[in-house]
Amino acid sequence: MADEAGRTGRAGPPEKTRMMEPPVGPDSEAFWEATREGQLLVQWCTACDEGLFYPRAFCPSCGTAAAVGEGLEWRRASGRATVHSFTIEHNPAATGATFSGGQPYVVALVDLEEGVRMLTNVVGCAPDDVRVGLDVTVTWEPLSDGRQLPQFMPASS
Amino acid sequence: LRGAAAIVGVADDVSPTGELERTGRALEVAMVLAALDDAGLTLGEVDGVCHAESSMAFAEYLGIHPTFTDSTMTGGSSYEVHLEHAAAAIASGVCDVVISVYASTPRSDRTQKRKMERRFPPGPNPMAEWEWPYAMRMPMGPYALAATRHMHEFGTTSEQLAQIAVSTRQWAELNPRARYQTPITVDDVLASPLQTSPLHLLDCCLVTDGAGAFVMTSAERARTLKKPPVYVLGASTCHDHMMISQMPDLTTTPGAVSGHKAMAMAGLKPSDVDVLMGYDSFTITALLHLEDLGFCAKGEGGPFAEDGKLGPGGSLPMNTNGGGLSFTHPGMYGMFLITEAVRQLRGESGPRQVADAQVAVAHGSGMVLSCMSTAVLGTEATL
Repeated sequence: MADEAGRTGRAGPPEKTRMMEPPVGPDSEAFWEATREGQLLVQWCTACDEGLFYPRAFCPSCGTAAAVGEGLEWRRASGRATVHSFTIEHNPAATGATFSGGQPYVVALVDLEEGVRMLTNVVGCAPDDVRVGLDVTVTWEPLSDGRQLPQFMPASS
Repeated sequence: LRGAAAIVGVADDVSPTGELERTGRALEVAMVLAALDDAGLTLGEVDGVCHAESSMAFAEYLGIHPTFTDSTMTGGSSYEVHLEHAAAAIASGVCDVVISVYASTPRSDRTQKRKMERRFPPGPNPMAEWEWPYAMRMPMGPYALAATRHMHEFGTTSEQLAQIAVSTRQWAELNPRARYQTPITVDDVLASPLQTSPLHLLDCCLVTDGAGAFVMTSAERARTLKKPPVYVLGASTCHDHMMISQMPDLTTTPGAVSGHKAMAMAGLKPSDVDVLMGYDSFTITALLHLEDLGFCAKGEGGPFAEDGKLGPGGSLPMNTNGGGLSFTHPGMYGMFLITEAVRQLRGESGPRQVADAQVAVAHGSGMVLSCMSTAVLGTEATL
């Protein structure tokens, strides 16, 4: 179960290991630091007033380049999103993923309310209950260094 | 570019066992020498080298000193990109004789327990940060996401996707070198284990050993060589993402751009195409090509394919060698689109020969629907 901030409430290192923990990229330190507090940030271009994902020092929509001092900022996302597409992995052994306990799991593309699309897992429901268009909300999977991985679960649950 | 350069030699090596005895450079060299022999050219005449890992390392191994070099790596479409670049280089006088080669032996590497070096793209890799933690199965995952979305938007069915595997297998039944030559039905595809939904095992390409090469030169020189030239009538490449989350539209590939440009360069329309070699890493991949290349409207790929018109005797022969689904798929299958297109246009394809084939399209797909490269090829009669 997750609390209001979307935290899973598990203490200490995750019992379940996943295939790979994400490195911190050159433009995403703020993103990962915020996950420690259960906050989902989206990078925002102040010039074209659009969100962008994945984090960059450059806005691919309008060419604003933080690298030369122009305006890209971080905004807190609502955590609400919609499933754009998904797949159920029926052969977990083939990916080496153990976080689903060897059971089929869902990999999905979700569209955040802020207008960006990210890859994620939809958890907290039976894989067969996931649909295109399903409303989901962020939930957090603890990583070994205190960061948390954003995943999503049905908004109604 | 139209008609300026031609493919004059091809070679490939595959086996119904899925495994080859030779590996690595030995296999690559054998392919290059066989393709040169097919053309009636010698290694000493080669002044351009394409290789998706390192054209420099490969040229050094061969002991040649090319003046045109291309290590472009776009995944499975690399060889269509090489073809395009080579045609442009030859047309502009940069070089005269270009080779491109590929060899990969993933199946025997596994059975022989050979050490595999895993290579990832050099430089910063956002995939490690934004995709790998979610354990998306590669390469199926991104294609499954595209298939789910296509089904959602257009009502495409698993049965329609399965028909593509069935039609492709019918071609493989006519190819004694194909990995799988026994007939399958739509029900067989649907009964094969779900992998990464909605893709079943038989919606997915093979894992086999395989190797191939092609040789290109100017149209003028091509006419003096052993085999009938296969001319490059049009060629174009487009990529619009590396990671699937960055694909602008899951149901439209950059092939809509490359295909349109290549066909316009050739001055041809889809109905002029006699043989379509459309990279079939998965059934959904082939379906997207049908739409993006204009053989049918967006969203109509399912109904278009379901009557079996892609198989032998159908109105649009597609993947006449048996494709990545049933012939071979060593990882970057684009080489075999070219070798089969050339053989069809030369009339060398035996029982699976398409009657009076004059125009063939080799449409490569690289990475995760990321880089599409379209080559429109034709016989002397099409110039």
